Amino acid sequence: MKKPANWNRKHLIGIEELDRTEIETVLDMARSFRGTLDRPVKKLPSLRGKTVVNLFMEPSTRTRLAFEVAAKRLSADVISVGGKSSSLSKGETLRDTASNVQALGADLIVLRHSSAGSPLYLSRVLDVPIINAGDGAHEHPSQALLDAFTLRERFGDLTGKKITILGDVLFSRVARSNLWALSKLGASVTFGGPATLVPKTFSEFGAEVTHDLKKALADADAVMLLRIQHERQTSTHFPSLEEYTSMFGLNEARASWLKPDAIIMHPGPINRGVEIDSSLADSSRSVILDQVTNGIAVRMAILYLCSAVSDLQRKEVPS
Amino acid sequence: MRGGIWIKNGRIIDPANGRDEVADLYIADGRICEAPAGKESEVANVVDASGKIVAPGFIDLRAHLRELGGGGRETIASGTRAAAAGGFTTVVCMPDVSPAADNPGTIRYLQDAIQKDACIDVLLTGSITLDRKGEQLAPIGSLKKSGVVAVTDCPFSTANNEIFRRSLEYAAMFDLPIFDLPRDPFLSSNAVVHEGAQALRLGLRGWPRAAEELFVYRAISLAMLTKAHVHLQSLSSAGSVEILQRAKERGVPVTADVTPHHLALTDSTIADYNTNFKTNPPLREESDRQALLAGLLDGTIDCIATAHEPYLEHEKDMEFDLAPFGVIGLETALSVSLESIVKSGAGSVSDMVAALTYRPASVLGLNKGTLSSGAIADIVIFDQQKEWIVTPENLESLSSNSPWLGENMTGRVTHVISAGQLIRDSSLA
Repeated sequence: MKKPANWNRKHLIGIEELDRTEIETVLDMARSFRGTLDRPVKKLPSLRGKTVVNLFMEPSTRTRLAFEVAAKRLSADVISVGGKSSSLSKGETLRDTASNVQALGADLIVLRHSSAGSPLYLSRVLDVPIINAGDGAHEHPSQALLDAFTLRERFGDLTGKKITILGDVLFSRVARSNLWALSKLGASVTFGGPATLVPKTFSEFGAEVTHDLKKALADADAVMLLRIQHERQTSTHFPSLEEYTSMFGLNEARASWLKPDAIIMHPGPINRGVEIDSSLADSSRSVILDQVTNGIAVRMAILYLCSAVSDLQRKEVPS
Repeated sequence: MRGGIWIKNGRIIDPANGRDEVADLYIADGRICEAPAGKESEVANVVDASGKIVAPGFIDLRAHLRELGGGGRETIASGTRAAAAGGFTTVVCMPDVSPAADNPGTIRYLQDAIQKDACIDVLLTGSITLDRKGEQLAPIGSLKKSGVVAVTDCPFSTANNEIFRRSLEYAAMFDLPIFDLPRDPFLSSNAVVHEGAQALRLGLRGWPRAAEELFVYRAISLAMLTKAHVHLQSLSSAGSVEILQRAKERGVPVTADVTPHHLALTDSTIADYNTNFKTNPPLREESDRQALLAGLLDGTIDCIATAHEPYLEHEKDMEFDLAPFGVIGLETALSVSLESIVKSGAGSVSDMVAALTYRPASVLGLNKGTLSSGAIADIVIFDQQKEWIVTPENLESLSSNSPWLGENMTGRVTHVISAGQLIRDSSLA
């Protein structure tokens, strides 16, 4: 592999530390991979002979599958390990589990973990590239990149576009990564939802924060709904799902406040009838399934880029 | 005459007596005295303290020494060696041992260990409630009879207000102060850092200043109600200082301490999830740090206490939210206090020494922390300029979970005299 232009990272931990050029590098490369997904023969040889391990300590369907598919499209061997079936449930530490995975020959680890900061931590104690597939409420970089990809696919340049992210922002790594990614690409990001889930402090990072749904949705070019994580907030952050839906759920009437050509996004899994009306999720404005497909291309780009830098660094260090 | 020590040419700083001068200090029979015990040739130890500061031995009101059930993090032997290395000649040991210090038997066990292994004075605390669970009062009277100097459920706060109120009433009967680390468990549940922009950015759950301030208010209200002395530990919030100041103006019997790390650091240090900055209470913002420093210097906060909480490397080598709270502090307290109080220009060396000596002593009513003639000779000699690096090898503590691990520090203890015995002499090292 030759050194990718404008990309020097072996790990992908978060979007916050990336600059605009780096983000665009991933998105541009993802676009070329996106084209290959529609070919009859989809496999590329780029990661042939490499082993990618998906270390998923938290449940995931979409992200894990998308990383698996992406790695397979690049001809890597892929192994997925889950929390319940791994030794972590026997009290092994994350560091030990991951060290073993590395010792078993992993060339790259994709980590999903409930603790914020765990990918950064692993990147400091292991040699292989660490790709963050979601760490607690911190970041979910590949999701933000696929969201940005989907938005650019629709709108081209994002400068001046109003993107509204609605719902459980407080606990959302998707919201944080998207705030960094979209504002770096020139869009303005609005966070909306109940005060308990959308703290005003986010305005210190450049987000517009509002608890007024009409203000949040008015003239938005895209609305991204976040799943209400009712298993996480117990009973303290909002009274009930019914109350949430009646105050903040997206329905036809509220969707009419959006710009006419606005799109509806959701990182999944969706709670139909809670944060979004079922009909809207299936409507022509919804790009929810495009996001999923684009997620493969974006993750191919991430795997390719980080792996290339890792290979180069290994060559530079004579052993 | 038993030996005797003659400390020559040191800058003697004895804030309780308003003393700051270059002079000699004499020790005989374990006490400070007006004249040397004999001619220079007859005195067993002559210590040249030229260019150094001679001060009363430091006193720490919050150290977790881990002797019982501490899993090798620390022992009375290592903890008191660490204390001496940091210039402390008296430490107050927290009751979070296992089994808990909620009964005279555990206290007796610890006293035996102290008798056998301690190189400085260790004072014990008992727990307020059985097993520090906050549910049922421990036998506080019997604990007092066994020799504890205070009761506390540290590092937890006794959350139930009724139990806390009764413990105050009950302990006051024995003139026993209650130590409380103010933290509302509901407002801080599952939280690992200060609630602020930094926590939000990092995706870590924070606890607000209010979780501390509410419990500071509570302690003050109940101290007023019961006339009991409550000592608030390790304040972290600017609001707490303000609340405390008003209470003291009204004469409420409440005192407080602050850690060196809260005087020096803010939550900007957690940016890369380094668990050696995960403390209880959390490091907060610059405005809090400034208020704590000002509060210490104007006397609102009574003293510095280290909150020395040793954890082994593998225990801290963890995802941030899974790692335990706490950092060690005995051996860095001097350097850190010099930096944040003296070098910053906020206060004098004498102010710093006061916060480490007679002021903590007066919280407990101890006849310690001065260089008065006739006082027990607990003395520290330190070199303000001496540089050193915080490494596991340079620490006496069995643990090295310090926020300053790997950092260059300035200011180091050279000699320690505990009850008239020269127990530490860096010129011999």
